[in-house]
Amino acid sequence: MGAASNIPRTEADDNAFKRELVQLIPHLRAFARTLCGDPAAADDLAQDAMMKAWDARASFQMGTNMKAWTFMILRNQFYSEKRRSWRQSQLDQEAAERTLVAVDDPEAPVALDELRQGLAMLPPEQREALILVGAGGFAYEEAAEICGCAVGTVKSRVSRARRALHAILDEGAYDRDGASAGDAMRSILADAERLSTVR
Amino acid sequence: MIEQRPSPERTRPSAALDEARLRQQAIGVRLRQMFDEVVNEQVPEEFLEILRKADERGAGND
Repeated sequence: MGAASNIPRTEADDNAFKRELVQLIPHLRAFARTLCGDPAAADDLAQDAMMKAWDARASFQMGTNMKAWTFMILRNQFYSEKRRSWRQSQLDQEAAERTLVAVDDPEAPVALDELRQGLAMLPPEQREALILVGAGGFAYEEAAEICGCAVGTVKSRVSRARRALHAILDEGAYDRDGASAGDAMRSILADAERLSTVR
Repeated sequence: MIEQRPSPERTRPSAALDEARLRQQAIGVRLRQMFDEVVNEQVPEEFLEILRKADERGAGND
């Protein structure tokens, strides 16, 4: 098949691309972890996305936002796999609770664990919007590009996610081994105070 | 001289607002921490291995 690209790629182009891609691996892993929960499945997803990005390197314009581009690839990969395997479900409460068990890590500090559980209870589109903007450091515009939706949609998803997460953590709606309501929030607040004084 | 009377009615709503903001900030800090925890993990050697193999394969094909 002779699909010739008009500009021949040089080895230097590939090397520059690869250097930048390697630097993004930790971020791809983190984003994948928030989508999959399970670390091994997340690493598989991150590797697939990395390879897809590498294979598509000719279509990437150096100097533009490679982080957003690779995140978009990873996200598309995640949703296409999910469609294949479970035919894309509206994340119902029961499914969320099953995920929680898988996410549960006895080593993790309590509040972080509960934050993960709270996140798992959010609708997926709210969760990813909050992760991208709140943790990934993306602007609303970039997050909109990654998710393939309008900027206003991302903004409203993030604000709904924040409110819902707050309510979940505050009310102890995650219901973990009879942990009393508000414990997670208190522990998060204590930690945040400690962290902000360190800064 | 004008006497400045304390008005608790006026400080209360803003205090509640401050607390809500503080809580949201706290969640934000935790969220970033959760994400950064993975970012700061050592990247498994497998990733670089796969990329190196792909690079060699690509070079061989062209």
